[in-house]
Amino acid sequence: MSVSTEQRSKGPPVAFTDAAVIDAFRRIPDHLARDAVLMARGRLLDVDCLLGPTVQPFHVAIRAGAIVDITPAPVLMRSSRFSYLASPQAWAAYWQPMPPAGWHDLLSLTKRGEATLSGDLHPFIAHLQYFKDVLALPRRHGFGGAA
Amino acid sequence: MSAFIEPIVGRYVHVEIDGETNRIYFEENGSGIPLVCLHTAGSDARQWRHLLVDEEFTKHFRVIAFDMPWHGKSNPPDSGYGTEYKLTTASYTATIRAFCKALDLDRPVVMGCSIGGRIVLNLAIDHAKEFRALIGLEAADFQQPWYDTAWLNRPDVHGGEVCAALVSGLIAPQGPEVARNETLWGYKQGGPGIFKGDLYFYRVDGDLRGRTASINVRDCPLYLLTGEYDFSCTPEDTLRTAASIKGAEATVMEALGHFPMSENPAQFRRYIAPVLDDIRARSGA
Repeated sequence: MSVSTEQRSKGPPVAFTDAAVIDAFRRIPDHLARDAVLMARGRLLDVDCLLGPTVQPFHVAIRAGAIVDITPAPVLMRSSRFSYLASPQAWAAYWQPMPPAGWHDLLSLTKRGEATLSGDLHPFIAHLQYFKDVLALPRRHGFGGAA
Repeated sequence: MSAFIEPIVGRYVHVEIDGETNRIYFEENGSGIPLVCLHTAGSDARQWRHLLVDEEFTKHFRVIAFDMPWHGKSNPPDSGYGTEYKLTTASYTATIRAFCKALDLDRPVVMGCSIGGRIVLNLAIDHAKEFRALIGLEAADFQQPWYDTAWLNRPDVHGGEVCAALVSGLIAPQGPEVARNETLWGYKQGGPGIFKGDLYFYRVDGDLRGRTASINVRDCPLYLLTGEYDFSCTPEDTLRTAASIKGAEATVMEALGHFPMSENPAQFRRYIAPVLDDIRARSGA
């Protein structure tokens, strides 16, 4: 067997702070509000879900594709249909302009054990590309990592 | 006439598979060593359109890409309508061999991607002497599932959208946007349940663990190439498989994912050109 490969990234690939990740996540609704194409793709979606970093999940209310409320969890007796939570290092890597291999997709993160997906997955799966793109918005808006 | 017309020619060949005639659509260009290309699960042979018009490759290879029955412009066989489509190791192998026989190809090279990569391993195990060389892209004896295929075909989820959205993450981020879109378009156009049916082979029926050690590359050279961004068939899956096959060549392709030939044709060319050169050298062509 011959293997011709240059060194590939193995570990957490970027510098970050939990605070920077949490702050970037909190800004997603504003980024989304300015993206008419992405909003249109979610036009039939109404759902309350739990999203974000494992160290600080958010209750996210989506109506007609817009995030109308984002509130840090926990909130007493607040329901959510499904949750997608990833480690801060996973979000930091996912949001890089050129994310490293294995850290570049919501489902590569679940496969590698850096994220968990649970609950009633129907709204997530039926709008999968919408969620991938909404949750990638900090990538397009200059996530700084260690800011 | 001033319009640019590509040199690809598309035709239909009637092929008997498991006792039934299948009308199979194929495209070809070039002359020389026959090179049969197999598309990924749930898509069709348009994935190979860049290779099909490569001026250097087609000087030495007759590049042929066909739509599997139920895919692209190859309809289901007459008896298939109304039944649940399930690709198996046996039916996939029979289809490839019958297609090559129908076109009277002399010891073709077969290059397959994803499920096509898996099946070339089976060709190497059971039918190596029929082929000049085998190339597995995104190929391994087995890989861990990362989603439930039940989501791929149900009335309350758009099949085209979900198939494309699932595989979108398998494309490396470095590729051209238009190539990414075109790759996903193929998934949006698949028939209902076809991607899921292909994955029956990939997930359930086609587990080759424990069988690949019997591959003898002296009968037929075997090349394995996997994109670094493929988290479905990971580079580790391919390297593990190659390690079980004495003499197999394994390469991890940078800046590529699960669809190298369509997601970034120029980058893929860097890796496949030396393989095709090697095959030519071995063939004395």
